Amino acid sequence: MDEILEILEKDARTTPEEIAGMTKKDAAKVKQAIKKYEKEGVILKYKTVLNKELIRSEDAEVRALIEVNIVPQKDLGFDKIAERIYSFPEVASCYLISGTYDLLVVVEGKSIHTVSSFVAEKLSCMENIRGTVTHFLLKKYKEDGVVLKRREENKRIAISY
Amino acid sequence: MSDIISKKVEKMKPSGIRAFFDLVLGMEDVISLGVGEPDFVTPWQIREAGIYSLEQGFTSYTSNKGLYKLRLGLSRHLKNRYGLEYDPDDEILITVGVSEGLDLALRSIINPGDKIVIPNPCYVSYGPVTELAGGIPVYVNTKDYGFKLTPRLLEKSIDKRTKAVLLNYPANPTGISYTKKELGELNKIILKHKILCLSDEIYADLTYDFPHTPFASLHQARNNTIYLDGFSKSYAMTGWRVGFACGPREIIAAMTKIHQYTIMCVPITSQMAACEALHTGRKDIEEMKREYQRRREYVLEGLGRLGLACLRPAGAFYVFACIDKAGLNALEFARRLLKEQKVAVVPGSAFGKGFDNYIRISYTSNFDNLKEAIERIGVFLRTA
Repeated sequence: MDEILEILEKDARTTPEEIAGMTKKDAAKVKQAIKKYEKEGVILKYKTVLNKELIRSEDAEVRALIEVNIVPQKDLGFDKIAERIYSFPEVASCYLISGTYDLLVVVEGKSIHTVSSFVAEKLSCMENIRGTVTHFLLKKYKEDGVVLKRREENKRIAISY
Repeated sequence: MSDIISKKVEKMKPSGIRAFFDLVLGMEDVISLGVGEPDFVTPWQIREAGIYSLEQGFTSYTSNKGLYKLRLGLSRHLKNRYGLEYDPDDEILITVGVSEGLDLALRSIINPGDKIVIPNPCYVSYGPVTELAGGIPVYVNTKDYGFKLTPRLLEKSIDKRTKAVLLNYPANPTGISYTKKELGELNKIILKHKILCLSDEIYADLTYDFPHTPFASLHQARNNTIYLDGFSKSYAMTGWRVGFACGPREIIAAMTKIHQYTIMCVPITSQMAACEALHTGRKDIEEMKREYQRRREYVLEGLGRLGLACLRPAGAFYVFACIDKAGLNALEFARRLLKEQKVAVVPGSAFGKGFDNYIRISYTSNFDNLKEAIERIGVFLRTA
């Protein structure tokens, strides 16, 4: 992977000038490369990883992992029905997977009720869906490579030879 | 009371910057660029191996030389990586870091009055440990030679009492390293004068611009080289205290004699973790190395912008910057930078005489800190 992407994936706030400083590249060239990645869709979005456990409870979200069994459609396979599902804004992630079910759908909502009504009213009754199993998330420990804890204190002594 | 402490120890000079260190330790919210160790925590699978060994009840002594499995792993690793051949039975000794390895090496070879050539600036322990072993450190100032020992400097510093030269590359505090060709030239002088080479290569895995060459791998060098390395810097395992010494049978036997009476063995938990590091830790090294490399460029560029001259380090994680521009001596510079801007660096005077106009900056800190620290140093330079 290009070093520029590696740096941005770690910290999206790193400026092109800083990246240039780290990689001994020209800042204008770095800017150009980033633009190109954005245009090609390699870089899709810049966002902040929040620890929502620490946010006030009325803003908290409920998350559920839903196993979905579907009947693949002729010529279209799973893609068409997947698209119908992931187009709902409630769907945070959607994956086609191997094993006993077909799609793993991650749904986010304000409360258990929002999520369950989404499953009952939108998802399960959709054409070509054979069945769903919903797992509500109880606690998040780690997400996207980040352990969800308060920042740990530095354990090193502050000065040494 | 004055007779209680041995004359030898009494003669040892306490470090001139101890008080400065205490000052740093007593302050809060300091951005520290004064640390001689990685800011990464030991990779999890290595920590986990240590924990698992405890769960399994591995709590006993090991062989004095260290766990056979670790020595065997090292022997294979050195063969694969550098083509070096050391017999795990009697040519490798597991030590409590390179610090112990160096102490053992010096005590094993020095007769009273023997001289050890030490390029300066150097890591703080080299001189005192040489003296404790009864030797005389012969410091060679390398400032005018890009902080590198040259064949001429080496030859000029050798006399009849010279027993060994102590090399450290990549080096603390300068980050310089030697190419294979440069080492070859030094080796010629060493062979010509039939002295030993003690080679502290603890930062070997953090060499950025060219491949690292172990001194022992040079032509005919193996039989008069004591090769010292360890797990501290490359695997971010400083607190585990595991190092190793490799060398000719008779030297390792002598070192083992002292080691068995003074240390007995390296803690078994640490040795078990080190086995795991050898086995699965290489990919972590590559990742940390890439990160250090970026920080190096970033810091060099930042210091350059501030007009602080420094040589481009080829390895380790230090920059040795000249502070002539500030018109302060190193200790005063460090003290005021700490008080006024809350940034800690180590004064160059810690690493030998004649480096009063240098500071050592470690880039073992995350980018946010490095960025902030460089800004603060900039403010300091403008107001000092």
